[in-house]
Amino acid sequence: MQTAVIRFPASNCDRDAAVALEKVTGRKPLIVWHRETELPAGVGFVVMPGGFSYGDYLRSGAIAARSPIVQDIKAKSERGLAVAGFCNGFQILTEAGMLPGALMRNTNLKFVCRPERLKVETADSRFTKTYTAKSEVTFPVAHHDGNYFADKDTLARVEKGGQVLFRYLNNPNGSLNDIAGIVNEAGNVFGMMPHPERAIDPMHGGTDGINLFKSILETI
Amino acid sequence: MKALVYVGLKPGVLDPQGRTISRSLNDLGFDEVESALQGKVIELNLTGTDVEAAEARVKEMCEKLLANTVIENYRIEMRMAD
Repeated sequence: MQTAVIRFPASNCDRDAAVALEKVTGRKPLIVWHRETELPAGVGFVVMPGGFSYGDYLRSGAIAARSPIVQDIKAKSERGLAVAGFCNGFQILTEAGMLPGALMRNTNLKFVCRPERLKVETADSRFTKTYTAKSEVTFPVAHHDGNYFADKDTLARVEKGGQVLFRYLNNPNGSLNDIAGIVNEAGNVFGMMPHPERAIDPMHGGTDGINLFKSILETI
Repeated sequence: MKALVYVGLKPGVLDPQGRTISRSLNDLGFDEVESALQGKVIELNLTGTDVEAAEARVKEMCEKLLANTVIENYRIEMRMAD
């Protein structure tokens, strides 16, 4: 399975994502620069990494979401390409309109950086199928703009459609309904503020993140 | 000409920064402050002389990049350079 990590100016979790993907697939992911206009042929799974793309100028993820490679990834995701975004990657996916809602400034206005306990809401998804539903996992969080917001109708639709895959047990940022991670309606685009790619090795302090990569890669 | 684009949060969207600003003003004795909303102003210097056409283009810029219409409103003010 060939995977890819997109690198934007000021991405800083691109290497972590690459290590996670290689650990699970046994194959080095391609690192694709944001100015590229087309994803290399044969890529089955794309990760939008965390970081501070474009210095969070204008809005977190806003400029990166308009970069050439994201337009190609968006078009391919509409035809089924699997995509995941973590932290800034999640912000980019919402800004690109690939996931509903938006990530706003944390309600306490603080940058939060700590391990956070999450509940796996459902195992009935391509990104969580190797977890146990309602089980607890711990992923690190490190963000300033992680407060998930969607208007009432959108939120109702996301909840009803079973699109919430992870919730915070101790909401660190004010996210509506404690939402930590969501998937699109089609089930192939996923975003979350916490960092599963930083929880894949005992040296990280935990390995709860590995199943996320195993889950999605099993389905491709 | 210039376009001033004011971007702010939509009504009903919690603005923690605005809330902190209004609380801080209250602490300084400005008790009349009931609430504050924090937004941003983007000043664009534009070529051309057709204000109407320019404003239509700026609106497109707002929809495509300058505002995230999931959470934000925008208002455009066109100004001829003096």
